[in-house]
Amino acid sequence: MTVAGRRWVGGGLEIAVPILVLGAWGVLSAGSQTYYFPPLTDILSTFADTWLFERVTSDALPSLARMGAGFLIAVVVAVSLGLLLGLSPRAKRAASPIVEFARAIPPPALLPFAILVIGVGNSMKVAIIAFVCLWPILLNTIDGVLGVDPTLRDTSRVYGISPRDRVLKVMFPAAAPQIFAGMRTSLSLALILMVISEMVASTNGIGYFVLQSQRSFDIPEMWSGILLLGILGYALNGIFVLIERRALRWHRGARASEVS
Amino acid sequence: MLKVGHLGKSYGDGEDAVQAVGDLDFEVAEKEFVCIVGPSGCGKTTLLKCMSGLLAPSRGEVVLDGERVEGPPEKMALVFQEYSRSLFPWMSVEENVAFPLRNRDVSGDEADRLVEDAIESVGLADANDRYPWELSGGMQQRVAIARALAYQPEILLMDEPFASVDAQTRADLEDLILDVRNKYGVTIVFVTHDIDESVYLGDRIVVLTPSPTEVQEVLDVDLPRPRDQVETKELPEFAHLRAHVYRSIKRKQPAEAG
Repeated sequence: MTVAGRRWVGGGLEIAVPILVLGAWGVLSAGSQTYYFPPLTDILSTFADTWLFERVTSDALPSLARMGAGFLIAVVVAVSLGLLLGLSPRAKRAASPIVEFARAIPPPALLPFAILVIGVGNSMKVAIIAFVCLWPILLNTIDGVLGVDPTLRDTSRVYGISPRDRVLKVMFPAAAPQIFAGMRTSLSLALILMVISEMVASTNGIGYFVLQSQRSFDIPEMWSGILLLGILGYALNGIFVLIERRALRWHRGARASEVS
Repeated sequence: MLKVGHLGKSYGDGEDAVQAVGDLDFEVAEKEFVCIVGPSGCGKTTLLKCMSGLLAPSRGEVVLDGERVEGPPEKMALVFQEYSRSLFPWMSVEENVAFPLRNRDVSGDEADRLVEDAIESVGLADANDRYPWELSGGMQQRVAIARALAYQPEILLMDEPFASVDAQTRADLEDLILDVRNKYGVTIVFVTHDIDESVYLGDRIVVLTPSPTEVQEVLDVDLPRPRDQVETKELPEFAHLRAHVYRSIKRKQPAEAG
């Protein structure tokens, strides 16, 4: 089979399998009397009623805003801190026990504390998301900076590159592939923590909606919220991959040329 | 003028210390092309790192124009053997060449001109916007040379720069470096393990002994310039010099290294 042919079959599978699974779900659940597993058609019509677009501004957007704010704060803090710690092996050693401990704490365990200290508002949710997203990006940034090729470091020194440029124009781009890997891990954590924080203490948001629907026995509504979260996670990851591909075009090119 | 004065470098401390460079003493005059040739693993790279101020020597000193080298001097540029790891893969050819000028005291127009001239001198005018990894090894090394030239060094150190390219490209690059040397009037210290290359390029050849490195002998190369890959290499003097350097290196080779 040709490369193009193989790619076509692969792409076809990627589209066909989800459709088949949805179809099977629809057929198997059709006319279902089981309370907890309503027919797919019910879920989909509820989904359309709820999320197109009635609750978008009241629940979906607040959720995405919290997630986005937390994630962005984490990226900015983690990358700056990671560049600093990566530059000084001594600072890195000093910080590593704290970093390892903090990231070992299961994130939801921090919720009660956060509610106590920050309250139940948006800032608490943003803070929790930011705190949890921080660690994968921080560790990856440090690793990325420590792993910068010694020849690149020597080159910067020989050509008298200023410390500022050395950090921003050499270390940062050189560490970018690893920074992106950390961001990807953090993105899925951000979604999880968004849902959990909204389930524990909130008056709106997708997580809140899912739990509220379950408590008021609106099972199709609950399912529609779960479905939305799945779609969001998938879409966010897709967008992220697109951005990463663009930003790291040089990295893929360089790797490909090394192999050949 | 560059002076290497009783330079020595050891790695490790006490009884475990390994002496990479024993005692090196030689000078490089202004505008001279000096080739440093020695057997593999004789500490050529260590020597060059000490000369460029990247590595502090354990003994002795490197003096450039009367000033002791403590860190990379502004008058000096270095071309590494590993071109693919010394160019910045996220920068285009032009950005790579221009990058060192950001921190130099040159105006924008002046920097543009330097970059353009340097890229043209190495024959890459059409590749300005391409990325290093889109280029062949020989072209990547040309970019590294252009970057060094745009930096306007008085002295250019080259660490086995053509060791990882094929023979034809290598010959082209050798002629290129002779051309730009005339054009830019730069002093060149060229480290190589290739005896033919050292004789073909140099005004003088410093032959090193195996580690712990010392100067075995210093030879004047009285071949006429401009040099030519065919004509220069068929001169009897070329063959004599080549044989002389070869024996000189062979003589000091330790028996176990064969």
